[in-house]
Amino acid sequence: MAKTDEIEKSLSANRRFDAIFAVVGLVSTFVGMITLAALLYDLASDGLARISPQFFTSFPSRFAAQAGILSAWVGTTLVMIVTALTAIPMGVGAGVYLEEYASKNWFTGLIEINIANLAGVPSIVYGLMALGLFVYQLKLGQSILSAGLTLALLILPIVIVATREAIRAVPSSMREAAYALGATKWQTTRDHVLPYSMGGILTGVIIALSRAIGETAPLITIGALTFIAFLPDPPIKAEFPFISFDWLMSPFSVMPIQMFNWVSRPQQEFHLNAAATGLILMVMTLLMNGLAIYFRYRFRKRIKW
Amino acid sequence: MVAIGTNGWNTEPLGGMMDLQQKIAVPETSSPLSVKPSGQATAAQVQEERSIIEVENVDFYYGSTHALKSINVEIPEKKATAFIGPSGCGKTTLLRCLNRMNDLILNTRLTGSVRLDSNDIYAPSTDVISLRRRVGMIFQKWNPFPKSIYENVVYGLRIVGISNRSLLDEVAEKSLRRAALWDEVKDNLNKSATDLSGGQQQRLCIARALAVEPEVLLMDEPCSALDPISTAKIEELIHELKDTFTIVIVTHNMQQAARCADRTAFFYLGELIEFGETAKLFTAPDKRQTEDYITGRFG
Repeated sequence: MAKTDEIEKSLSANRRFDAIFAVVGLVSTFVGMITLAALLYDLASDGLARISPQFFTSFPSRFAAQAGILSAWVGTTLVMIVTALTAIPMGVGAGVYLEEYASKNWFTGLIEINIANLAGVPSIVYGLMALGLFVYQLKLGQSILSAGLTLALLILPIVIVATREAIRAVPSSMREAAYALGATKWQTTRDHVLPYSMGGILTGVIIALSRAIGETAPLITIGALTFIAFLPDPPIKAEFPFISFDWLMSPFSVMPIQMFNWVSRPQQEFHLNAAATGLILMVMTLLMNGLAIYFRYRFRKRIKW
Repeated sequence: MVAIGTNGWNTEPLGGMMDLQQKIAVPETSSPLSVKPSGQATAAQVQEERSIIEVENVDFYYGSTHALKSINVEIPEKKATAFIGPSGCGKTTLLRCLNRMNDLILNTRLTGSVRLDSNDIYAPSTDVISLRRRVGMIFQKWNPFPKSIYENVVYGLRIVGISNRSLLDEVAEKSLRRAALWDEVKDNLNKSATDLSGGQQQRLCIARALAVEPEVLLMDEPCSALDPISTAKIEELIHELKDTFTIVIVTHNMQQAARCADRTAFFYLGELIEFGETAKLFTAPDKRQTEDYITGRFG
């Protein structure tokens, strides 16, 4: 009974620590939130006035007031299409293989460690690799194709890891049920594992793409243009065979590079353009993340075990 | 069903026209541990019964853990056989050896042979896919796909390319009726399977397994997570199904084994202690360990 005082003391110390931690946690959370809000406000207050339909339909110009982001957003869109079409099938395929097919041995263990490490390689290193491989070795030039492939490689580890995690969340009882009915591995994957993990996979893919959309360094490394006043060859043609892939080899710019270009100019007016571009880029990223949340919600709601 | 005896023995590798004495001798020498139902089985009894699955000298390892120790069991056709024993005794492991579900677990190894209709299912030439269509399985925790009731039942047909709607409808109804679920779900076939009650979901899993017309149905503690009423329904189902299918059921519930099974095998620490007629095993077991277990002295 003599110890009651000490226990009481220790308890109140615990309570105090609990309260302190709650405050520290709250402050940490708010630092992130407030920074994001401040950034958005700053960009909006500078750039919002510049955003008009004309801003989207004009090429960059020597005159800040006439300059627009047409070539930049078209470039970003086309590069992202190449990135998505390359990274999604490869990343999901690799994730499915590693989770469902690969036997667990030292070799797949090595691959796993490598993928985890690749996710942490600085993007500029990917740029250097792409410069050597795509631009010089494969002679793809400083093109949309090179850029799309570079960003695809950059986000590949993220897509693989997200796919594996989504697949791992599918209970093994679902696989057993399918196998017990005589389904093959591929049928089990196609009919069950992939549909049930689709929400998680889509979320990972979109998060990865929204990272790629803001990448600047690797694209500058492979030689993206900072000033471009024409559009790539259109993919759809009026005459036979109607589809053209010439745009893949076209030089390009993307929104973050356009932004960087404007920021580095001395004139204040160009800085407003940069702010407007940044705002658009940020809204695009937030929209993509919103889409990811929506997909996750919709797929989770439909599937319960 | 008149010719069962002849049919059955015909599948023996040595051919069908052997002397009856010799035929009886084959399983007995190959299975020292399996206790015959009674020492003086008449010729008629023997002819009625045919072993669809023969497990011979099976040892099974999870990594370095020796989970099954030289098991010899013969599963009679169109009867219910129960595997009982305390947790960790290997009964579920043995069940999963019968349709090679253990292949899915890493680092496992099996020696000995498991024969389905005299064909070694662990032979390299065996197609696991068609084996699993002949030997269906019901799991301890019901696992319907998060799809509609209908799609669950017909999945086994869809994966072999059957898409004829009227055929699928027919099989769905037949299977759900066999699983005694039809009347409860016939108006809601497009409802999600996971909205059903636990007992209904388990019967749906049974219907799904029956839809591919397996010869053997393996049930791994199918009632262990169900309430008594749902359990009773499934036990009733087992009684009806064993006229058409061979059933092997793993259970922790000795009353369940006594109620459902014609044969019972008692396992302990990876060994088959005793195997025989359920009534005999529960009333006059040959082995001391069996008696201790069924009277509740351990396990």
